[in-house]
Amino acid sequence: MIPELGHFALILALMLAVLLAVVPMAGVVRRDLTLQHSAGALSAGLFVFLLLSYACLTQAFLQDDFSVAYVANNSNALLPWYYKVSAVWGAHEGSFLLWTLIMGGWTLAVALRSEALPTAMLARVLSVMGALTVGFILFLLMTSNPFERVLPVAAAEGADLNPQLQDFGLIVHPPMLYTGYVGFSVAFAFAIAALLSGRLDAAWARWSRPWTNLAWAFLSVGIALGSWWAYYELGWGGWWFWDAVENASFMPWLVGTALIHSLAVTEKRGVFKSWTVLLAIAAFSLSLLGAFIVRSGVLTSVHAFAVDPERGMFILVFLLLVVGSALALYALRAPVMRAEARYEGLSREVMLLANNIVLVVSTAAVLLGTLYPLVYESLTGGGKISVGPPYFNAVFVPLMVLLLLIMAPAPLARWKRTGAAQLMSSLSKVALASVALGLALPLVVTGALELWPVLSVMLGAWITLALLVDALERVRNKQGLSAKLRGLKTLGAGYGGMVLAHLGVAVTALGIALTTTYSAERDVRLAPGESVTLGPRTYLFEGVAPLEGPNYVADQGTVRVFQNGQPIAVLHPEKRRYLARQMVMTEADIDPGFFRDLYVALGEPLGDGAWALRVHDKPFVRWVWLGGVLMMFGGLMAAFDRRYRRLKLRDQAALAGALAS
Amino acid sequence: MSRTSLFLPLGLFLLMAFMLWRGFALNDPHELPSALLNQPLPDFQKTRLADGAPVARRDLLGTPFMLNVWATWCPTCKAEHAELNRIAARYAVPLVGVNYKDDGPAARAWLARYGDPYRLSVVDQDGSLGIELGVYGAPETFIVDRDGIIRYKRVGAVDRRVWEEEIRPVLQNLGLPLEEPSA
Repeated sequence: MIPELGHFALILALMLAVLLAVVPMAGVVRRDLTLQHSAGALSAGLFVFLLLSYACLTQAFLQDDFSVAYVANNSNALLPWYYKVSAVWGAHEGSFLLWTLIMGGWTLAVALRSEALPTAMLARVLSVMGALTVGFILFLLMTSNPFERVLPVAAAEGADLNPQLQDFGLIVHPPMLYTGYVGFSVAFAFAIAALLSGRLDAAWARWSRPWTNLAWAFLSVGIALGSWWAYYELGWGGWWFWDAVENASFMPWLVGTALIHSLAVTEKRGVFKSWTVLLAIAAFSLSLLGAFIVRSGVLTSVHAFAVDPERGMFILVFLLLVVGSALALYALRAPVMRAEARYEGLSREVMLLANNIVLVVSTAAVLLGTLYPLVYESLTGGGKISVGPPYFNAVFVPLMVLLLLIMAPAPLARWKRTGAAQLMSSLSKVALASVALGLALPLVVTGALELWPVLSVMLGAWITLALLVDALERVRNKQGLSAKLRGLKTLGAGYGGMVLAHLGVAVTALGIALTTTYSAERDVRLAPGESVTLGPRTYLFEGVAPLEGPNYVADQGTVRVFQNGQPIAVLHPEKRRYLARQMVMTEADIDPGFFRDLYVALGEPLGDGAWALRVHDKPFVRWVWLGGVLMMFGGLMAAFDRRYRRLKLRDQAALAGALAS
Repeated sequence: MSRTSLFLPLGLFLLMAFMLWRGFALNDPHELPSALLNQPLPDFQKTRLADGAPVARRDLLGTPFMLNVWATWCPTCKAEHAELNRIAARYAVPLVGVNYKDDGPAARAWLARYGDPYRLSVVDQDGSLGIELGVYGAPETFIVDRDGIIRYKRVGAVDRRVWEEEIRPVLQNLGLPLEEPSA
């Protein structure tokens, strides 16, 4: 009964989404305020029924209702309750229901938080989001219904959730990622609404900015979580594979980053309008493309969901309708660019333009690498090739170096024009200090000079010190430390968010360069009582004992780690056999640290109590994700800058004044 | 800038959508195996990974065998490797590797580290054999009969279930004795 209720709630949600797509937009066309005002109530209703539908599916999981095919395939009576809750998004159907629910959440959030928006604008935005939701719900109902029953009940136990997904990382990674993906629909809807109304102005950019920052923050942490999960769960210590699915999440992030910066220019200076609109369309389009890649099976991948050509075709048609019509609207309505404001060679506008170019070229490179196998195939009528990490690293790394180089001067540059002499005087010392640090730190710590550590420390210092110099210059006129600190506070949350996010990028870049260069690993055969030395540490293998988990049995090893004769950690790597799927999983154990991870994985038993063991020493690997967390906080902080609320009130007052006169 | 240039993104997108559609239509996952089934294994002249000695198609024929496409850059291959080791240790299946677009020394080190289930690995550094085989990504596994005709294809990792339910029956049908080794 409950699954039918969920199915029915989804159908009702579809009807509300159709109404939301049609009624407020009709209200705009017919200048009927009542119809326009219906958008808020329809958004709320849509969200409620999506939530109800989602709750029903969760309940089916909690009750072990194995007559529902999706539950039977992805859960098991023995599964702990928290994995039953997260198993809802463990496979295609349920994860897309979550995606749709999150879409409903964003729609409701826009409806609730936009009281200052002109009614017609809000009606257009919500209508566009409603239309997108119609597509998502239709996709669920037509190709991916999670409520389908198998009667008579075949499974008494359920096939269990894929053991790789029984994990904390999986509980949090997809919701964050989807919130980011779907969040770009808000910027998309604002862009479409602005194109429809012909009002591409600073106010439009200002409304879009906090939403874009928010979506970007979620996407950043979602990608970081996914990378972290792959690192500890897949058992071989890698954290990025340039896999098609990873690329699918990375492309919207790159374009989203460009969009955040471009929106800033459009808001402050009124330039790059058409470009900004295009980026807003592109960011969400790439999210949809990512969904197509992951869910159609068109590119194989470690993460791929069960493939189904019908789903692929649906998403492709949806993509064509949404992106095609958005770009057609763009071509017809976007303002033909002309210089509305003057700016010069060293202005912040130009720096941000450079940032945009690098990011968009990077996206194009990733897109090309991801789709090249498909393109090649359609050109040759069936020839197949694949593109590996060598291509991505060769293209991507130099572009990122360029981006990191621009990141230091851009925040210091002023709008319109910046005196070259002034910029030089601020940055020449920073440049000197960065070069000195880049050479000295790796040399002192490791006794050797290697390209990537030196370059990354230089760039990291370059960005960090430039941020510091900028902050100090902004409070130069304040006397005394407490006055300076108060001065820093008045710079605003937007500024603080920028600093945090930029630091995050520097930290991630450092982590990537250092862990790639300095990681070491050894594969050894160890009998109980034997040990292996890697770097300054010795790993003593004490043997393996059986262990019984809720839905698996395991061999649990014990490895004691010593440094300078002192015990520093005890690790328990496991080899688990999950009962329902008879799948064997390697659970690595990690001693995490700010400067290094110790990572031990259990290989195969080699007889006589001896095992194959893999031991990794991974310096700075946490920095890769720590940077992602900093970016998230930066994005959140900027999104909640009070300036947006203040300016919103001002826009409202201006509008009221315009109406009154 | 003129109005016409604003149509550029739309044009690029439509081109891309066409490519996606073509790739998708050609690539219908359900159609994938049958397009290659019952075709002869393409001819090739390559070298062996272990020692660089030449190896050609005819050297492999005479008995049914499994052909597994792998690479050190492919995480799924690493996930699959334990099962291949198990199969090679337990059953009398000739397992031939195709080391696809890889670095020779790294590949040899990889096999030394994780175990070498292969009777031999064919070096396909330029990916030309992979193209002939219609390799879509690594890992992929083919079953070739004694006359060199492809009888089975799998895209993605081989695990215990795939082995028991799909690969083992095909090999047995082709006449390989694959009884469980007595305990």
